[in-house]
Parts: sequence; C-alpha cells; structure tokens
Amino acid sequence: MSIAASVNDSRVTGSSTRSWKAPIGFGVGALLALFVFALGGPATTAVFRVSDDSDRFRLADIALPANVVGWVVAIALIAITVYSYLQVRRGAGINQWAGIAYAFLFVVGFLTWVVGIADRPTISLAGLVAGSVTLAIPLIFGSLSGVLCERVGVVNIAIEGQLLSGAFAAAVAASVSGSVYVGLIAAAFAGVLVSLILAIFSIKYLVNQIIVGVVLNVLVSGLTGFLASTLLSRDSATFNSPPSLPDIRIPLLADIPVIGPILFQQTIVGYFMYAAVIVIWLGLYRTKWGLRVRAVGEHPQAADTMGIKVNSTRFWNVLLGGAVAGFGGAFFTLVSVSTFTRDMTAGQGYIALAALIFGRWNPIGAFFAALLFGFATNLRFVLSIIGTDVPSQFLAMLPYIVTILAVAGLVGRSRPPAAGGIPYVKE
Amino acid sequence: MKLELQGITKRFGSLVANDNIDLVVNPGQVHCLLGENGAGKSTLMNVLYGLYEPSDGHILVDGKPVTFRGPGDAMAAGIGMVHQHFMLIPVFTVAENVALGDEHTKAGGILDLDKTRARIREISDRYGFDVDPDALVEDLPVGVQQRVEIIKALVRKAEVLILDEPTAVLTPQETDELIQIIEELKAGGTAIVFISHKLREVKAVSDVITVIRRGAVVGTVEPTASTGELASMMVGRQVSLSLNKAPATPGDTTFTVRDLTVPGPGGQKLLDNVSFEISKGEILAVAGVQGNGQTELTEAILGLHPHASGSVRLNGKELLGMKVKDIIREGVGFVPEDRKVDGLVGSFSIAENMILNWYNEPPFAKGMAMKPSVVLKNAREKVAEFDVRTQSAEAPVSTLSGGNQQKVVLARELSRPLNLFIASQPTRGVDVGSIEFLHKRIVTERDGGTPVMIVSTELDEISELADRIAVLHGGELMGVVPGDTSRDVLGLMMAGMTAEEALGQGQHRDTGETDR
Amino acid sequence: MSAANRGTEAGAEETAAPPPAPGTGDTTPAPQDSEDRGPGILKSIVTGSSLVAILAVVLSIVLGGILIALTDEDVAAAASYFFTRPTDTFLAAWEAASSAYVALFQGAVFNPRADSLALMFRPLTETFTVATPLILAGLGVAVAFRAGLFNIGAQGQIILGAMFAGWIGFSWHLPFGLHLVFVVLAGFVGGALWGFIPGILKARTGAHEVIVTIMLNYIAIYLVGYLLTTPSFQNPGSANPISPRLDETALFPQILGPQFRLHLGFLVAIAATYGVWWLLNRSTVGFELRAVGANPSAARTAGISVTKGYVVVMMLAGGLAGLAGVAQVAGTEQVLTSGIAASFGFDAITVALLGRSHPWGVFFAGVLFGAFRAGGVQMQTLTGTPIDIVLVVQSLIVLFIAAPPLVKAIFRIDRKEKPSRKNQKATTSGGAA
Repeated sequence: MSIAASVNDSRVTGSSTRSWKAPIGFGVGALLALFVFALGGPATTAVFRVSDDSDRFRLADIALPANVVGWVVAIALIAITVYSYLQVRRGAGINQWAGIAYAFLFVVGFLTWVVGIADRPTISLAGLVAGSVTLAIPLIFGSLSGVLCERVGVVNIAIEGQLLSGAFAAAVAASVSGSVYVGLIAAAFAGVLVSLILAIFSIKYLVNQIIVGVVLNVLVSGLTGFLASTLLSRDSATFNSPPSLPDIRIPLLADIPVIGPILFQQTIVGYFMYAAVIVIWLGLYRTKWGLRVRAVGEHPQAADTMGIKVNSTRFWNVLLGGAVAGFGGAFFTLVSVSTFTRDMTAGQGYIALAALIFGRWNPIGAFFAALLFGFATNLRFVLSIIGTDVPSQFLAMLPYIVTILAVAGLVGRSRPPAAGGIPYVKE
Repeated sequence: MKLELQGITKRFGSLVANDNIDLVVNPGQVHCLLGENGAGKSTLMNVLYGLYEPSDGHILVDGKPVTFRGPGDAMAAGIGMVHQHFMLIPVFTVAENVALGDEHTKAGGILDLDKTRARIREISDRYGFDVDPDALVEDLPVGVQQRVEIIKALVRKAEVLILDEPTAVLTPQETDELIQIIEELKAGGTAIVFISHKLREVKAVSDVITVIRRGAVVGTVEPTASTGELASMMVGRQVSLSLNKAPATPGDTTFTVRDLTVPGPGGQKLLDNVSFEISKGEILAVAGVQGNGQTELTEAILGLHPHASGSVRLNGKELLGMKVKDIIREGVGFVPEDRKVDGLVGSFSIAENMILNWYNEPPFAKGMAMKPSVVLKNAREKVAEFDVRTQSAEAPVSTLSGGNQQKVVLARELSRPLNLFIASQPTRGVDVGSIEFLHKRIVTERDGGTPVMIVSTELDEISELADRIAVLHGGELMGVVPGDTSRDVLGLMMAGMTAEEALGQGQHRDTGETDR
Repeated sequence: MSAANRGTEAGAEETAAPPPAPGTGDTTPAPQDSEDRGPGILKSIVTGSSLVAILAVVLSIVLGGILIALTDEDVAAAASYFFTRPTDTFLAAWEAASSAYVALFQGAVFNPRADSLALMFRPLTETFTVATPLILAGLGVAVAFRAGLFNIGAQGQIILGAMFAGWIGFSWHLPFGLHLVFVVLAGFVGGALWGFIPGILKARTGAHEVIVTIMLNYIAIYLVGYLLTTPSFQNPGSANPISPRLDETALFPQILGPQFRLHLGFLVAIAATYGVWWLLNRSTVGFELRAVGANPSAARTAGISVTKGYVVVMMLAGGLAGLAGVAQVAGTEQVLTSGIAASFGFDAITVALLGRSHPWGVFFAGVLFGAFRAGGVQMQTLTGTPIDIVLVVQSLIVLFIAAPPLVKAIFRIDRKEKPSRKNQKATTSGGAA
C-alpha cells in the first residue's frame, strides 16, 4: 500500500512519532492471510496466463498451488508484522520496502486464493493488467486534476462533474464534427468551464470550496442529463454517435509480454495519460512553477509576500485541472463506450478523489492509487467470468474501504497541503 | 538608498489605520517605529511593502516617487521585510524558501537551487548565521528561522530592511545576537526599520525613534529620551509604570505542582519535572520567552494534556487525570493565552461566551434545557460590572475590540467562586486603558484570597504583578525568585541559567554595566 | 487553523481596534443573529439576506426556463425563420418555458383539472410526501454542519436506515404500533451507525469526514445490493434484488386516507424539525455542538469534549438521515430496493445549504425541493421536459445563495456598498484576471 507513498515525499513518511498503527494494520492483514489464504486455501492450482496464444513472444503460464502460496504468504506477512513491531518498540522507523513487500505479497496471496476458489481457476494476467490500466485512465486524469487544484489550495470535489462534462462534450463535438480530435479539445474545454465556475465561486466569491464542488456535480449531472434526454435523444445520429479513438500500436515494443500492451498499445488518451503524470510530477517538484504552486497551497501569505500572485496562481491552476479532467472524461465516450448516457461517469470522479488522497497529493502516488482501484474493478469483472463465490459487491467495495483506511492513517500518514480549502483574502 | 514616506494614509472602511504619516529612513541608520499594539505600525509597513495600497500619500525612493503594486515591486526597489509571523513555508527547505519568488532556472523553467544555495552560504558565512540551505524550515529553531527571513531579504539585495516586532519570539541572548546582526548590516549601509513596542530594546538599537499613536505620528525623538518620556508619548498620557498594589499576605498553600512533565509528539519533553506551589492570596508570575513550556504548563493544569505526568494538587485533590470539565468545576479559573483561539467562540453572543464553560450548571441550565433569559440577565450584569463596551449583550463577541473581548473572558472566569486563577498573557493585544483595569481585577482576586498564576512574556507585566516569579526555559523551571528580582537576572534565567547562577552573575553585571 | 487565517487575524488585531472616541467607547453596531427572533427575520428580509434568497430562486428559475426554451423543438423550428418573424421565436420560447413551469406547478401544488376539490390539492400532498425524506436527511446534513462537519454521507445513511428498518419491517412480526416504533428506531440506529464511523474516525484519527462519508455512500450501495441477493433480504421467489413487502403493521399510516400517499412520516419530519431546533438552540447538547463547530479549541478549553461532540453529532446526523430511509421504506416505497435512497442523500445537501442549516430553513427548503421534484414528474409526463431541469434549478439556487455579491451584482442592488465591493474586488483581482 505504501508504494504510492514512497515514491516521493519520503520526508513525510519518516515520522519520528512512535505509532503503533503500522504493526496493528500489518497484524490484521496477516491474520486475514492466515485464516483466509492459508487455512482457507483451496487445494487447487491457480493458473496465471502471461501470454496469449496469438502473441509474438510467448512465456510459460504461472501455475501456483493455492494452499501452498497461501501458507507462504501468511508466514511472510506475519514475519513482516513481527519486524515492524520490533522496530516500533525500539522507536525506529519501518523500512518502506517492508511496506512495499507486504503489499505485494498480500496481493499475490489474495489473487492466488481468489482465483484458486473459482470454478475455472485460470486467468490471463496480461488481460487483468491491461484492463486495470484502461479502467484507471479516467481515474488518473481525474486525480491529476485534483492534484493540480489541491496543491494550490483549492479543494476539488468537482472532479466528477469535470469528467462528466468532458464525456458529454467529447461525444457531442466528435459527433457533430466527425473528428475525435475536435472531441478531445471540446472535452478539455468543458472541463475548463466547470473549473471556471469552481474558481470564480471559491476564489472570487469565497464560497466554501466543498459546497461549490458538490453543487457543481449536481449541476453538471442535471445539465448533461437534461441535454441528453432532449437534444441527444431527439437526433442521436447527429449529436450522439461519436467515432471511436483508434489504438496506436508501436510495433515490436507492444509485443513485450504484459507491459507491452499497457505501455505501447494505447489510444492517444492513454499516451497522454502517461505524459500528463510525468509532466505534472516534474512540473510540481522540479520547476519554478511547481515551487510557486506548492508555496501557494502551503502558505499563501508567505507566497504573497514573495511577490507571487496567490489568487491568479490558484485560478489558472484550477482551470488547468479542469482541462486535464475534462480531457480524461473523453475516455468515456471516445474510448470506452461510443455514446453518451446520463451519469455515465458513475462516481468515478469520487474514486479519483480517493486516489488523489491515497496517493498523497502526488501525481505518481495518485497514478498508482488509481491503478490499484482500476485493478480492483477489473478483477471484479474477470472473476465474474471465471465464476467465483466471492460476492462481486465486496470486491466493488474494496477501493472505498482501502481509501477510508488510508485517510484514517492506518496505511501510512498523509499530509494534505496546509492551505487547502481556505480562501485567500488579504487584510 | 533613502526612503521617504509622505502623508501616508490608509483607511479600512471608516477606520483610519494610518493618518497622514511622514517618515524618512536614511542608509546606515536604524529607525525605530514605536507604538502600542494596534497603533498602526504593521499597517504602515504593509503599505510600504506593497501589501496594502495607501489610500493617500506617496512613497519616495531616493527622492523619486514610486508605487508598489505588490511585494514584488517593493522588493525590486530594494525593500525587504521580516514579518512578525515568519513568512516561511514549513515543508520547504531553506533554499526553496529563499528561492521562492526569485528563482534561478535552467532551460525549460527547471529549478536551479545550486545558485541559491551558494548565495545562502555566502551570506551565512559573512554574518555568521550558520544556516544549512538544505535543512527543512519546520525543523529549525525560531531564531534560525528569523535568520532565514533576513537571508531572504539580503539575497534580494535589500537596502532597506523592515523588522516587525523581531524580538517577540527571541530569548534575551538571541535578541543580543540580532542586535549584533543589525549593527553589521548598518555598517554595510543597510537602512533598518525596527518596529517594536518594547521601550528598552528600542532605546538600545535605534538611531532615531518615531512614535506612533492611533495611526498618527506623535513625534520623532532621539534614543536618549527617557523611558518615561517615550512611554507617555506612546500612550498619550502620563502612565504610572507601576501598579500600586499592597504587598501580598499569603495564606495556606493550597496549590502544589510536583514533577509535572509533558511529553511532546517526538518524545522530547515540552515540560520537564516542574515543581512549585502557590499560596492563597499570592500571585506567582511565570516568565520566559514564548514557547518554553508556558503553554504546556497552563494547559496541563487545566487537563488539556492527556499524557502529562507528575502531580497537580488543589486543596489536597489531585487534578491530573481529571477531565477539563471537572477541573473547571473544582474552581479553576483559566484565561488562555490566545483568547480568539481558545477563550472565545467568535460567532457566539457575548451572553453565550459569558457562560462558555458553565453552560450546563444551574442557574443557566436545568437538565438538558438551557435558560436563555437567565443567561442574558447574567451577561447584562457582567457587561456592566466589567465595563464591556458594547451595545448589546446579544452581539457576537467577535464584534468587540481586543480589550473588550479580554474583559468578557475575565468576567466569565472571575464571576465564579475560584480556588485557583490562571491567566496567560492577560493583556496581550489590549489597549493601555484596559490593561490597568485588567491588572486591578487580577490583584483584587488575589486580595480575595485566591492563589493566582500569571503567565507573561512581557517582563514589565511580570514585574508589575508578581509576588514571586518562576522562570521557564526549555520546559524546565530555572527557579522561583522574589517579585522584585532585577530584569538582568530574569533575562539570564530566561536564557537557561538557574536562579543561583543568575543571581551571582546578575549582580556582577549590575555593577559592571549599570546603564546600557 | 491555517497559517493564512492566523495571519489575517493578526492583521485584524492591528487594525480592528478603532481609536475609541471619547465618551462613547469603541462600541460597534451589533449584527443580529437572524435565527429564532421574529424581528430578526423581518430585519433580514429588509437588509437583504432573504431578499437574496428570493432573487436567487427567481434567477435560477429564469435560467432554467431559458434552458427549456433553447432545447425546445418548436422554438428551434421558429428560430429557423427568426429574421422574418422574430416574435414567433419568442412566443415559442415563452410557450415552452411557461407550459413546463405551469405543469410543474400543477404537479406540485394545485391541479385545477382534478375531479374534486380534495383531488385538486393532491399534488400538494405529493409535495409533502417527497419533501419528507428531503427534510429529514437535510436536517442530518444541517446538524453536522452546525458542528463544523460536512456530512456528504446522507445517501449511505438513508440506505442503512432503510435497510435496518426494512428488515425489522418484513422479518419481524409485531403488533400494530409496537412494530412501527421498532421500525423507526431501527432506521435511526442504522443511520446512526453509518454516521458513527466517520464521527469516530474524525475524532480519533482526524480522517476528513468528507472523504469518509463519500466512501461510505458507495459501500452502503454495494452492501444493500449484496444483502438483497441473500435469502434473509430477498423476496422469496423473486429473481430481482428486492425485499418482501413490509408488514402492514410496520408501515406509516396514510394520514389523509388511501387516495393520498402522504403518510405519518411527514409529521415525523415536522417533529424532527422542531426537535432539532430545540436541541440546537435551547439545549446544553446543542450549545456544545455549536461551540465545537464554531471553535473547537475554545470548546476544548471550556471543558467540552470535541471528540465526543464529533461522534454524537455524526450519529445524530446519521440517525436523522436514517429516519429519511424509514420514510422511504415504511412510507413511500414499502419495499427495500437498492435504489431506496434515490438521490435524496445528495439533494439533502442542497436542502441544508438552501436552509442555511437552520432547522426551519431546512424544512422550507425541503418543501420547496419536494415541490420541484413532485412537480417535475408531472412536467416530464405532460410536456416532455426532462426532470433533470429540476436538478439544474436546484443547484443554481444553491450556488447563487452561496454568493450573495453575485446576485446583488446581477440585480444591481446595494449600490451604496460600492466602496466595499471595490475593496473586495481589489483583494481578489488576481482571481478575475
């Protein structure tokens, strides 16, 4: 779980306070592994297919005896728990790799168990991973929007609305113009419009940012729903039949097993997603712009006294965030489904918000958190295909439960930008 | 660089914060701006620094009029400012803080902090600042943070440096170091504007003093002017710098603190084995530089620190481990150091604030039901008794001035039968008229036979009220000394000397350099 | 408390104490707290806060009307020959918007075409029926607000309340009266449980309640979805995720007879409104909650337990929203489905905001939005205007009410305050750039 955390901001992780949260959290997970993965481990072999038959390069399938893996994982997790207990008792910090190893082992144990108890204990690993990335794309754009806004001190609950407006605008503009690229631009523009309202109300009129965000989501939902049932349904051929974005396949590289498809066989939206994560990360932590942005989000008054225009920095960042999320919203209508339907974002904006927090307001952290959530969603689909007894609703709950644990500080400590949510007024 | 302010006026709505102020600051000169809290010093400096636009008047740099549309313009013109509340970003390094707003970049806007680091080292070496450019600001002591602020100004080639109440958070020793730094800057040709309300240090550091009262310049004097003269200029009338209180007649010792220890979040001790006692009818004043454990001491007594250890006994009863509510019921009156944060609920009415910690006691409540009419009647009586200037007891307390807000807090705490009265910074940010009133009320409470504990960072206030003085440094008690102990001795104790050491050296000092 | 806040307060300290004029002292005119004082209400109408509310509603309805007109087919047809006969376009636009709103009014308040006088007022009873869960859940959001907490979780709390209440309603079989009491209590407990989680997490770990409540909404949806596939919840013989009908003894009686859906839940909502008003303004608990909300540090120093306050208020908030769930499952719907909460939980937030978190304000806001919703159904059937327009109008109302300066600027009132507006503009000019 601490993958997201350890990428950057390691100084935040290195807290000197003696906290028992980590050993307790580890212990609960280890017990879960012991009772479910080990004692409850089926005597089957879980098969993870790494390559498809049609692949150019083929690797052997990974076949894991479920109960053996269950025991190995449980014991390893218990060992890490004991290690963390001893470390905390000594008043020392816990090595972040221990957390990463723990998370990895837990996921392996869980996957082996959950596939092992299915009717047909075979899944395609490549498909699972590729599907996770695809499902994570809008989440990542959404959480990047959140990063851009919150780093500058504006809480962005309106990610949902930005995504939905982007989806709507992309569908209509691409349908009318016949060009997906016009659709993409329109999507970004629609996100900016939502952001504009957020910015004006929260920065100029000092309205509570959470209120504006919540209300904006309702407004966008109502507006797009209204237009969908009037304009779009009346003449869907003109307004709501956008062309789909093609996959752009980079030859050879795309043939690398598992990671080839996720990195080198994406739509333009997918490639933009990777670029956006890297560019925003570099921008925030390596450039003058980023230094100023973070200063405004942490201590606007200090930034002001150094001659930085606090409110205009906020304004432009919120707009930029809107553009990013709006662009990501195009995924829904130009990549995923080929028509706009009302409320089609179905709460993904809120998951993006969770990914942002879980990723500790860091673009790369948010990226991995969103991947985790995409993974949980995709696993649900995959498991329902191979037939499993685990109710799909519980898998669906997983991202939300994990997020609650994250904000409660059970999975590492997160520290939001200090000035988040507070309007800046001179005098 | 010569800086002139001509006829600066700044209005906020109908309030005139600065009224036609003239000021000239010459290079290599320390110009002190002396005035009470709320006299308009900070407003004036914010105008000068481009944070506020003046409603009227001009700023002249080397004789040429300039307009500052923001701090950026002021900095470009060579003006630097060290704010009273440091303008540093805690999670940034020193270098990042210094670079902010004036960044060196490589191609593509990529930050180049190396140049900034080099500049910091250069300045740090030159003035002996000992600042590590890669240290995280939140890990630095306040004294060092202040130097970071000065570096920020010097990196930007400030020729005029404004220091706003720079000594408020410093120990006497750190203050001496700061004065040294000021001397060096002055020798290098920098003009310094030194803002303060402390007469002593103003006299020590300045070349010329301008006194401000109620937003207007009262006069400009030489630092040779007497303390009394400066005080009466600042306040606007003859002030008796001493309160005429009768000597204490201590009764039984009813309040004892033994080995009180408060651990901090990182395992350090915010308060370390502190022991003392207070008798009935006696005022114990706790002196110390801000942030040396005073807050923790008062809060631990009130039960706000769950991890405090040791013993706090009032009338034989152990308070430690009790809930705040029950401690208040034991008859502990408490005036917190920051009334706006801890003492009052701004949006509540004066009447509600008057019963803030007594709301569920008769006669104000019966069971779960409150009695608004009784609450209001109580408030009207107290408003009259404590002379709280308001039109209505139902007005939100946030509409009152600082002094009147403090009267509300005091009225609330003093209108219950008390077994112990604790007041932190009882007169911070309060106008002089109210100070006298508040001090008299505190002494009255003492004379009524209550043990009283006053915490103050102002030595003037300590000397005025104390029957005995306890000094805290770094969470440790340096000793308890008589109320008439000299300032020098107290200063040494505040810097970490025990009472014995300080008394020895202080006497030496007294004879060595009697007039500073 | 943020650095920025501290900074501004410190600044205020320097400037806020005006020089006391001799004799009068530094008295400041006291703005009246507008709540629970008759003259206060009158004053607030005159001085503008109620005026702004009314104008915000009017403005939003007008904007909604424009939207209806813009998307209307007849208007589009008339607009195609706009330059030959522009009046046609305007007439068509007026026709489109006004017919939609007339239908909405007839569906929400009074239908003159009904057979009997009683039936003419049937729409009004529908409005009250729909308003019931809105008021209850809105009170839940408002109560939390007053304690400084943002309860976005009414949706989940309604679901949990309905789940608990529904289960008691169809699986327990108790005598008339007693059964309903248990159903109501169970609903309150269910919602309170879902409020307890964010409350205790906020109190113990500082977890932000906005995030936790949003997450709990989704968990509640999946939880009820799962339970409705299990034998203890699913209606035997049904393939759909739907529960058995609640026992007759577990239902809210219909208070105006069988031809009206209005049920006892509405009286519960009225009682709850009064109860919350009393609790907030006349009780020691309310004093504590308001103190915690307005200034947690001062509350703590005054011996009020902030952590307890957070937990108590979130349980109360959840419980009130749970009652909204009861109103749904034991009043309107009579079975438990995964869509039992509709979007009441989210609408409740706008209701609380419109009602400014004052209990009676919430009540009237709930009735207004109930009317929109009830009338919206009629509007959709009669004129084909999608009910989504109601969402648009509602959210616009809340936005405008939250930003009085914007409304005042649009209607060009308050010219006398020009200097202060200019002042504000100066401070926020960065934002307008």
